[in-house]
Amino acid sequence: MSARHIAGLIAVVASLALPVVAEPVAIVGGKVWTGTRQGTVPSGVIVIDKGRVVSVDKAGSPVPLDATVIDAGGKWVTPGIISAFSRIGIVEVDAEKPTDDTSAGESDFSVALDAADGFNPDATAIAVTRIEGVTRVVVAPEASSNLFAGQGFVADTSGSVDTEIDRKAFLLVSLGEEGASLAGGSRPAAWAQLRASLDDAKSYPARYLASNEGTALDRVDAGALVPAARGQQLILIEANKASDLNAIMDFAEANEDLDIAIVGADEGWRVAPRLAKAGIPVIVDSYSNLPASFERLGATGENAARLRAAGVTVAIAAISDGTHNARLAMQIAGNAVANGLPHEDAMEALTTAPAAIFGLQGLGVIGPGSRADIVVWDGDPLEVTSNPDVVMIDGVVQSMVTRQSELRDRYLKLDKRDLPLAYVKP
Amino acid sequence: MALALAACGGKKDADKTDRITVPKDPFPSTYAAYPNDPVFISNATVIDGEGALIEKGSLLIVDGKISAIGKDLEAPADAKKIDASGRWVTPGIIDNHSHLGAYPSPGVSSLSDGNEISAPVTAEVWVEHSVWPQDPGFSRALAGGITSLQILPGSANLFGGRGVVLKNVPSRTVQGMKFPGAPYTLKMACGENPKRVYGYGGGRYPGGAPYSRMGNVAGYRAAWIQATDYKRKWDKYEKEGGEAPTRDLELDTLKGVLDGDILVHMHCYRADEMAQVMDISKEFGYKVTAFHHAVEAYKIADKLAEYGACSSMWADWWGFKMEAYDGIKENIPLVHKAGACAIVHSDSEVGIQRLNQEAAKAWADGKKIGINIPEEEAWQWLSLNPAKSLGIDTKTGSLVPGKMADVVIWSGNPFSVYSKADQVYIDGALMYDRSDAAHRPVSDFELGQPGEGDLK
Repeated sequence: MSARHIAGLIAVVASLALPVVAEPVAIVGGKVWTGTRQGTVPSGVIVIDKGRVVSVDKAGSPVPLDATVIDAGGKWVTPGIISAFSRIGIVEVDAEKPTDDTSAGESDFSVALDAADGFNPDATAIAVTRIEGVTRVVVAPEASSNLFAGQGFVADTSGSVDTEIDRKAFLLVSLGEEGASLAGGSRPAAWAQLRASLDDAKSYPARYLASNEGTALDRVDAGALVPAARGQQLILIEANKASDLNAIMDFAEANEDLDIAIVGADEGWRVAPRLAKAGIPVIVDSYSNLPASFERLGATGENAARLRAAGVTVAIAAISDGTHNARLAMQIAGNAVANGLPHEDAMEALTTAPAAIFGLQGLGVIGPGSRADIVVWDGDPLEVTSNPDVVMIDGVVQSMVTRQSELRDRYLKLDKRDLPLAYVKP
Repeated sequence: MALALAACGGKKDADKTDRITVPKDPFPSTYAAYPNDPVFISNATVIDGEGALIEKGSLLIVDGKISAIGKDLEAPADAKKIDASGRWVTPGIIDNHSHLGAYPSPGVSSLSDGNEISAPVTAEVWVEHSVWPQDPGFSRALAGGITSLQILPGSANLFGGRGVVLKNVPSRTVQGMKFPGAPYTLKMACGENPKRVYGYGGGRYPGGAPYSRMGNVAGYRAAWIQATDYKRKWDKYEKEGGEAPTRDLELDTLKGVLDGDILVHMHCYRADEMAQVMDISKEFGYKVTAFHHAVEAYKIADKLAEYGACSSMWADWWGFKMEAYDGIKENIPLVHKAGACAIVHSDSEVGIQRLNQEAAKAWADGKKIGINIPEEEAWQWLSLNPAKSLGIDTKTGSLVPGKMADVVIWSGNPFSVYSKADQVYIDGALMYDRSDAAHRPVSDFELGQPGEGDLK
């Protein structure tokens, strides 16, 4: 066999200082969850070239002679996980404001705030999240000056200075208690602000010929709202209470051309059939099962299972800590399974569902032509005792070294030595 | 009084019985085990909590206590028999860092009673006076196999006040939850929080001391100097009589620490600060029982082992503030490997519901770097070690005959994300049954609300 074999997989990957160049790769022998109609291939052969998946076949299928072979025998292989809602790359340390670009309460602008302008590919959370199997992150700003948080983006987790960023992938709007507070103090105020803003955007630029000010938004924010107002950009709305979700669906029915998804939706199960009928997808955090506020009284860990059973498209994310522990999405999805969600649906909630919600072509699946974001796991990806052995983005095997792994390796041995530990550079 | 009587005899007795004493238990526990029948669990994979695992094991509970544990036990005729084939049995989980009841759900300002931030030293406050027993979080924790927990005041202050150890049983009063005979604890805090809250507090910088870590240390030492003086006066009074010292609630608590009656639980992230706190404790003659959060414990695991402090840790929280910046996933297994006392804690109404999973993650991350700890040994992070840190390990924390029957039957291996607590026994009484609504408590707050009695 002339194909180069990687036997000591973990050792090889760990020793890589930099990602290798994209070249033909074959992942052989793993249990492949494809996310496509092909289902799960018990022992598969995935051929990858030029950053794309060429084929997914059964064991024994031919492997190109020049391909590097990754032995995935006994392991799980899945599409790269997509973090459906996070703040990765726009904050380094939450409590240190200069390192935090998530919000801007003092800004004159809101809709126009583009979170991608704050993206830092060197943020330590990127590598920390990547080595847990997350290859793409949906990144949202945080609402702070009014109910419009601003423009969110999607990025890969390579940490490369040239990281691919899908800017303005969606507009984040905060409703419910938070939006009410930001809009002036009540839900009616929030809805008045939202409707007036939409009207401003629909009348843009005519309304602004004589003045910079519209009914609710100034020229800059109104212009930024135009794509969403025309249905050309996803509006992601934060809301949890059943009555708020109904109000959003009323709004959607009155504005049929808008593209709407909901994040939070803790009481979504109470209005699940209507969400399904309206075709509104949701991003949920299955840890939410407490009446943490008066808009979450009905929260239950079975939310995802009930929404899915009703036919709603469900993505799962670590909504409560999307910065440093966005990586917990797999554990959260596992808990959703423990609370009744079929394993298959939980896998989709981390891959195909976020890809569908954010329109990420060729991501979230392993199939001919798909982008080669692939993870090889040492066990069931949703299991708390599992970890990735290989993480690949666009066909390139990624480094598994993080600031955390270097700290760990420095302090593995605390024995007395000739020089202080600062001289140990893993 | 009893102490004074026991200490001396003879003619002076009359004087001594008249002396003023500091009441040690003015809010006594009213908890007593709920009625329970003998229970015989068989065919289970049993983790005994002391480090052993028994395949096809049995456990007998009689009168609320562990009566027998082993392989080939006979079921008494009067016992309720549970065939736990395919299921696992463990000691109940003990979370030694919770704010349930003090920062309850719903998280509205009227119920936010977890931190008396009025001054950097508030050793006079007792968190039990803030605990709202109707917090729905207690029932969620119960569904996660939590049988005992320590409620701590928040970490704004250098000295935050007394903690309290509870049995996780629903009750009308906090006294009805208090763990009988558990010692009191004192919450202290290192690092960022005190200087942020006081020096830079409330948008009125400059606030007041401490502004800095050196201010923190000066604050601890000044308080211990006062406490030492207070203790000397009381010791002298107890021995010699005369004018009784004026009681001081704050110093009562600190004196309790110096007397060895109250255990110190200290919020401390950074390795260098923990090392300094250990020196402070030696200077004033007390002991830190457990460092909490201890995100950098792995850097000084050897020193922590030598000193004999436990570290209460998360599996993977990091980065939310500078003192959490160096958090690593292998902290818990590295501390365990160094021979120090490792504890998995939550500090969260969410995390407390699945501490078994948090231990499982840490266990697996250790394994990934070659630290192979048997699951049954790792379970000590969840029950016996936290029990030790709370001074209740002779009463609970492992399935040893004579101990309280605080027991969880899991649907499968509790190191799996898919396993749930099927039944939870506290002092032998069935307090939670996932498959029986009659044994799933609903707090007052949740009555008449959406989702009342739902599976959560």
